[in-house]
Amino acid sequence: MLALTIETRTWMHQLPAWAKLAGLAAMTILFLPITDPILVAAFLGGVSLLYASLGRAAMQIALRQFRPILLIAGVIFLWHLLLGDAQAGLLISLRILALVALANAVTITTRLDDMIAVVTGLLAPLRRFGVSPEIFGLAVALAIRCIPVLLMKGDTLRMSWRARSPRRPGVQTLFPLVLVALDDADHMSEALRARGVLSPKQEL
Amino acid sequence: MERTVMMIALFAALIAVLGLFPSFMLFSGVPVSAQSLGVMLAGVILGPKRGALAVLLFLALVALGFPLLAGGRGGLGAFVGPTAGFLFGFPVAAFVAGLVTQYLRRVDLLLSASLGAIIGGVLVLYLFGAVGMMLVTGLGVTQVIATLSVFVPGDIIKAIISGILARSLYQARPSLVLTRSV
Repeated sequence: MLALTIETRTWMHQLPAWAKLAGLAAMTILFLPITDPILVAAFLGGVSLLYASLGRAAMQIALRQFRPILLIAGVIFLWHLLLGDAQAGLLISLRILALVALANAVTITTRLDDMIAVVTGLLAPLRRFGVSPEIFGLAVALAIRCIPVLLMKGDTLRMSWRARSPRRPGVQTLFPLVLVALDDADHMSEALRARGVLSPKQEL
Repeated sequence: MERTVMMIALFAALIAVLGLFPSFMLFSGVPVSAQSLGVMLAGVILGPKRGALAVLLFLALVALGFPLLAGGRGGLGAFVGPTAGFLFGFPVAAFVAGLVTQYLRRVDLLLSASLGAIIGGVLVLYLFGAVGMMLVTGLGVTQVIATLSVFVPGDIIKAIISGILARSLYQARPSLVLTRSV
């Protein structure tokens, strides 16, 4: 499974992750409520220029991530059209697309390790309650490792269903999947304990 | 501690996998993904706190840039889009679902978990989703409710499925259903 980060180095890759995230938060709060056509156009133009400066690979990912949102933006536009305010519908749809594109620009230019480092930093106050912030990185790594394993087990379950039944596999394969997932959790927690990864005093 | 972290991590993975699961069609033709089923299950099986933590971990994976939301979406963009309200509501939904299930521990798990999943995973989740959609799209309550209402029957079915799954799991592995064993 691939993260959305693009490998080609762009100027945005050079910026520190926290700065990009802070900038994104500020821009989102600033532009979320605007409805002025000139401001929306300027915002959209700015985001387009940003993508142009990031290169072709960035634009391809942006377009792929757009597909499901375009549909929702279309529905929003239709509603506003029905309410007799096509201009507001267009402005709001464009504003949503620009905001989503801006957020995705941060995602595709920031490495996973750097993102995790920012979150671990933000979780530092947890130390006071006896929880080490490094647990977050561990949990992220464990979950990421488990996703392809669970996907494979789900596929196996559906294949064995097909071997036995002429009907399509449906919700019936869900129960064994949940059972397998939780049994795995039990076994892996024993492995973690045996290796003494976490301090025994902590409890969530 | 190891067991708790592992259960939270595996449930986060399960929510992701359920979102990638082929979505099934409702008789009305509305596509339904199993992702919110994972959120409900996290609450009714892990309980309020751990269930919410599992959902938060899943959302962290999405925010970190993994395309794990149903339909292959991911990245920070998902948190500002028209359906962002649902994402912010996910951990609250799991928390409430777990709380209700735990509160009704003397009632049959099928009933208590289904009820918990309906209150948390449908009622609370749609409240967040609708408010989020109104804020982002500028539409009124009526339009938002009309847009979202087609998905409600599917989510009620999912809530009942999560109740059935919780009870089956309790029969197979009683110690894994934390809403009952603590």
